[in-house]
Amino acid sequence: MRLDAKIPEAPIEDMWETHREHLRLVGPRSRPQYRIIVVGTGLAGAAAASSLGSMGYRVECFCFQDSARRAHSIAAQGGINAAKDYRNDGDSVYRLFYDTQKGGDYRSREGNVWRLAELSANIIDQAVAQGVPFAREYGGMLANRSFGGVLVERTFYSRGETGQQLLLGACSALAEQIAAGQVEMHTRTELLDVVVIDGRARGIVVRDLVTGQIRSHAAEAVVLATGGYSNVYYLSTNARGCNVTATWRAYKRGAGFANPCYTQIHPTCIPASGEHQSKLTLMSESLRNDGRIWVPRERGDARPPDQIPEDERYYYLEERYPRFGNLVPRDVASRNAKDVCDQGLGVGPTGRGVYLDFRDAIQDHGHDVIKGRYENLFKIYERIMGESPWGTPMQIYPAPHYTMGGLWVDYNLMTTVPGLYAIGEANFSDHGANRLGASSMMQCLADGYFILPLTIGDYLSRHPSRDVNCDHSAFADAERGVRDQIQRLLGVGGTRTVESLHRELGRVVWDHCGMSRTAEGLERALEIIPQLRDEFWSDLRITGTGEHLNKSLEHAGRLADFLELSELMCRDALIREESCGGHFREEYRTEEGEALRDDLDFAHVSVWEFRDADQPPGLHEEPLTFHALPLAQRNYKV
Amino acid sequence: MRFTLRVWRQAGPEASGSLVTYEVDDINADTSFLEMMDLLNEQLTTEGVEPIAFDSDCREGICGMCSMVIDGEAHGPLPESATCQVYMRHFRDGDVITVEPFRAAAFPLVRDLIVDRSAFDRIMQAGGYISVHSGPKPEPNSVPIEPETVELALDAASCIGCGACVAACPNASAMLYTAAKVSHLALLPQGQPERYDRVRKMVTQMEKEGFGACRNYGECEAQCPKGISIAFIGQLNRDYVRASLRDPVDRRGKMVPQ
Repeated sequence: MRLDAKIPEAPIEDMWETHREHLRLVGPRSRPQYRIIVVGTGLAGAAAASSLGSMGYRVECFCFQDSARRAHSIAAQGGINAAKDYRNDGDSVYRLFYDTQKGGDYRSREGNVWRLAELSANIIDQAVAQGVPFAREYGGMLANRSFGGVLVERTFYSRGETGQQLLLGACSALAEQIAAGQVEMHTRTELLDVVVIDGRARGIVVRDLVTGQIRSHAAEAVVLATGGYSNVYYLSTNARGCNVTATWRAYKRGAGFANPCYTQIHPTCIPASGEHQSKLTLMSESLRNDGRIWVPRERGDARPPDQIPEDERYYYLEERYPRFGNLVPRDVASRNAKDVCDQGLGVGPTGRGVYLDFRDAIQDHGHDVIKGRYENLFKIYERIMGESPWGTPMQIYPAPHYTMGGLWVDYNLMTTVPGLYAIGEANFSDHGANRLGASSMMQCLADGYFILPLTIGDYLSRHPSRDVNCDHSAFADAERGVRDQIQRLLGVGGTRTVESLHRELGRVVWDHCGMSRTAEGLERALEIIPQLRDEFWSDLRITGTGEHLNKSLEHAGRLADFLELSELMCRDALIREESCGGHFREEYRTEEGEALRDDLDFAHVSVWEFRDADQPPGLHEEPLTFHALPLAQRNYKV
Repeated sequence: MRFTLRVWRQAGPEASGSLVTYEVDDINADTSFLEMMDLLNEQLTTEGVEPIAFDSDCREGICGMCSMVIDGEAHGPLPESATCQVYMRHFRDGDVITVEPFRAAAFPLVRDLIVDRSAFDRIMQAGGYISVHSGPKPEPNSVPIEPETVELALDAASCIGCGACVAACPNASAMLYTAAKVSHLALLPQGQPERYDRVRKMVTQMEKEGFGACRNYGECEAQCPKGISIAFIGQLNRDYVRASLRDPVDRRGKMVPQ
């Protein structure tokens, strides 16, 4: 496996422009001769499919949900960053680049991050042109709020449903292209293999989730926009259907998997309550703008929160990080919550919770202002917890939310398999070891609207063959493999349900490869996971057949991949003997307990190469270089 | 808590279906309705019975995938909630609960509680967009928009496309859905160039899909998980009337570059 990031030779501020000017193009009359597959219809996938369709390419687009608009980007709440400097508070492309690099603990590629910051303003323009109703000020200008890890206000939002509005914008553009016949949409269809012929991606094998039919689709290029793998933890803020299958099958076909251990545990989620729970619900980070986080100073203080006087409340983020206060980056906020709960200061029935209190904000700004900002979030909370945040502080605890790791891509967003692209959360590129709030939608849309539609043309123009069809034996082989796996899953005939096995895997990964990790714990997990995988393949029980809509069968296929991925995550976490961002190894910390990086040995991307199932994966390294922003210890205290 | 569930089971669109009774016991009050269904499904799998097929994804009331009629109401008894936001504490111990799919001629049944709502997507494809390519766009602050207007557009745009309005309507009308989609863009300056063309095309598609007519019952608003107002149906009707009074000649053919 050769890792050539293809970073253009140019000063960082001119890099993307220079690259654009030198990319080979496909002319408008030739574009209809190329077929492109886009898998996934979240912000990245819908933006890419609609953009490619409107350029004239023939696009086939796939999603496992019943409609493109239901992809999990829809659930993003707080907002999207853009370096517009509308607030005149010193924002700039450089500042957004700086915040993202620092927030990611200097584990991402400078060139990619700069480009992301550069394109951020265009995304807002594009979304507004599509009719996305961003919040406005009284004078009709776009409004901004602030988010964790930054000292400027650059986040654009639509109430607490920014993701829904941006996705509806992207999906409306997609609808236009579907109507125009440029995009052929396949809903309730799941990717089960990637077909590689002569070293190039040439198509995919899918299962129609309604009829169970296995089908092949051929194309000149394949784009995976299939999101992240937080559901490996079973309990996460992801939708139930989110899975690693597409990227994992691509990995097994030769695409390098980068930094699988970089996962983000989001600090503000509703705490888990019991065994029956099927998912965790995020409370937008924007709440940290006005909410103050605290725990009682005394262990085991069982008084109701409103009876705990001011001086007996421990506002631990404000005390420990006076400059950023409650708006420290997510990894720092999560680790501190865990820390105070480990000390026995946690609240709620399980002791794994901290207060997020709006009392002061309601006093300072008035009921109406706070209502305008967070009404729907307060409603979500009240519905789940049966308690109103107007009177009692919210209880929150960190939960798995986002995965920075993913398929390795070069500057063109192409994986190590020529013709196979990964965009959005599915790739690893821009967030390093920790993603800042309101940056995921920015990355998805930058990839989908502005980067991929150009870079893919360069590849296509170099491979003008238009002979793709599904006749090649590689398609038949891949289909056979997929059918065999389904038969295997149905044929185990054991006693355990998919849910129970998934829950068990989740607990192992959460305990050993979650908010903090140790060599000992990871080694332990590496012993347990193969046993669990054996149990899965010998004691699984699925009823029904593969010839109809069968949710347990779908879930089992996804769990089979999580059972393999989790091992790679632990392996990656074990060899990265440093702490950075969301990857916190207890052995490596500063005297103050913060993450301690080892830039000498670990300033690189770890890229894993699949070898045979019986062999351990190969490890490659892409060194990271720092020119525009020299390495520094991350400090949010002063 | 203990419940008796009467759940609609139907193997496929052509098969005949019926309500089947199941018992669940030992349910924690803080369990969500769908988690209770998960537990029932685990129980059924262990007994060797095929689990009940139902749709759900985000489980936080925003993706619009979950779709059950619980005791005769789309998304159950709670106002402004999706099925996934209903908790067992909203029921009484020992209740008999009837669970059915979203029924409508335009939503053909797929299996058990799952229906095909692709008619909604086709209404959107008929015109629910602003025609715009990806690429550099004008500075958005060059067109100021009153915040009240944006908030109203957002009220409409908050529709999660679940189809509860159709399931709730005695006529299975999709007017609230279509009106929300039409109004979102009709209220914003960006949506003006295609405003009347859009409403005409979307209403035509809506009728083609076999949804019923609107008779102002108001059940759609009452059962909408986002509480979308039927006032938007008034907006749609006004725009539709204006659209039909305009010259219906489609000049687009002449606008294609030669």
